[in-house]
Amino acid sequence: MSNIKKIQEEIVEEFEMFDDWMQRYEHMIELGKSLPLIEEKYKTEDNLIKGCQSKVWVHAELQGDRLIFTADSDAIITKGIIAILVRAYSNQHPKDILEADTAFIDEIGLKEHLSPTRANGLVSMIKQLKMYAVAYQTQLN
Amino acid sequence: MKVASSEIKFDVESIRKDFPILSREVNGKPLVYFDNAATSQTPRQVIDAIVDYYSRYNANIHRGVHTLSQEATDAYEAARRKIQKHFNAAKSHEIIFTSGTTNAINLVASGFSTLLQEGDEVIVSALEHHSNIVPWQMLCEKTGAKLKVIPMNDQGMLRMDEFQKLLSEKTKLVFVNHVSNALGTVNPIGDIIKSAHKVGAAVLVDGAQAAPHIKADVQELDVDFYVVSAHKMCGPTGVGVLYGKEEWLKKLPPYQGGGEMIATVTFEKTTYADLPHKFEAGTPNICGGIAFGAALDYMNKIGFEAIAAYEHELLEYATEKLLEIENLRIYGTSAEKTAVISFNIGEIHPYDIGTIIDKLGIAVRTGHHCAQPVMDYYKIPGTVRASFAFYNTKEEIDSFVEAVKRAKNMLS
Repeated sequence: MSNIKKIQEEIVEEFEMFDDWMQRYEHMIELGKSLPLIEEKYKTEDNLIKGCQSKVWVHAELQGDRLIFTADSDAIITKGIIAILVRAYSNQHPKDILEADTAFIDEIGLKEHLSPTRANGLVSMIKQLKMYAVAYQTQLN
Repeated sequence: MKVASSEIKFDVESIRKDFPILSREVNGKPLVYFDNAATSQTPRQVIDAIVDYYSRYNANIHRGVHTLSQEATDAYEAARRKIQKHFNAAKSHEIIFTSGTTNAINLVASGFSTLLQEGDEVIVSALEHHSNIVPWQMLCEKTGAKLKVIPMNDQGMLRMDEFQKLLSEKTKLVFVNHVSNALGTVNPIGDIIKSAHKVGAAVLVDGAQAAPHIKADVQELDVDFYVVSAHKMCGPTGVGVLYGKEEWLKKLPPYQGGGEMIATVTFEKTTYADLPHKFEAGTPNICGGIAFGAALDYMNKIGFEAIAAYEHELLEYATEKLLEIENLRIYGTSAEKTAVISFNIGEIHPYDIGTIIDKLGIAVRTGHHCAQPVMDYYKIPGTVRASFAFYNTKEEIDSFVEAVKRAKNMLS
């Protein structure tokens, strides 16, 4: 099992402890607080993810053969969502990031955020992380 | 417009029974629909008109000699006359069916591209919806005309003193919404029209947000163009109306080529059909037009004065309740406004509030409401916008305020 899969399962287990949506959202908001924050200088137009009602910035850099993500958002819930993604995908090999699936989003009860009409652009966030992985994978080869 | 609650005989419970959607649940909670400024809900009477059309007399109009076609044509033209009567247009051919407000605005903008020249000026207001800014920017780019903007003040009202300064003999067109979609401000369109006419400019009023609340009399206003969408006033999506004074509609060239808009066609020359068909190329949204007529019948039966008075009562009630929440700021505080409340709480992002209260069954709009210049003025990314309709209740406002309080607790 890949590291990403392990972390995803960990996150799913955490969310299983909660009985209702409110607790899940509260937990997500908590997770947002532990998000490794993007440096102010990287909060550029280029690092802004398009398709979100709130602003989400993601920065990626290679440390050795692993990709490190930092991010931020001006909305608390969106920050929680990107924190969950960063926790699963950061500090991993680009190749693993590319191969990872996103089924765990559904399992933690955030399925509604996967709908294409959703203004937070969870789909765009995942796409952006994978785009970085593609770019750095090419660099590693 | 202010009427004491005791004077109002407004049977909202019986009205609610006309709207099937109002009895559904969202996320296990009863739906509280406060996104009426985006689109209104549809009463059974309008749904019935749609079902009746497709069940009994669906046919193409204006051409067929068969019975179904004639019935459909009669119903469609009857709807046009209902709309004419509703807005008190002088002639039924001054009512042009379009696919909605945006389409109607583009029709006029496209027509004016042949009438404007370099050095001419077009005035829009700072309170406009993007759909009322972009077509004029495109028009100005195409013709070399200049776009001028009427600024707004902190209360979300247009600065009429500045407007007067912008007017000159160069002004050819003024575009303003009757009611701001982002803030609910009712603009003084009567004064704007009078002043614009003094310098010989034409005025187009976007009535999309006003039409569900205020019955505009286009002759009394002396407005040159007035545009509305059916779906904001209990009708279906995909249909709207351009009212234009006959003299202006004759001056503007056709918008789209196609069937229905022609009189004769040879490869050498085509002559265009008379109004309104000149602007109605192709098969229109026949059922939509008929259903729009049914929606107007429905709303007029309740009465626009009664609707406005009841909605005003909802607005005052909700404003008072919301302002009890600490750090809540309402944007748009004009004395003249429709039942719209645009707000933020402290530094909390509107998106966060919208997401949490949706979980509690409450539908509001969050974001910039397609009016970024308004958001830029206040230096905010957006607002939470609750917009009420005559089928909403004070109990729903109570649930909404409770939900907002819960969201605030979770998010701060």
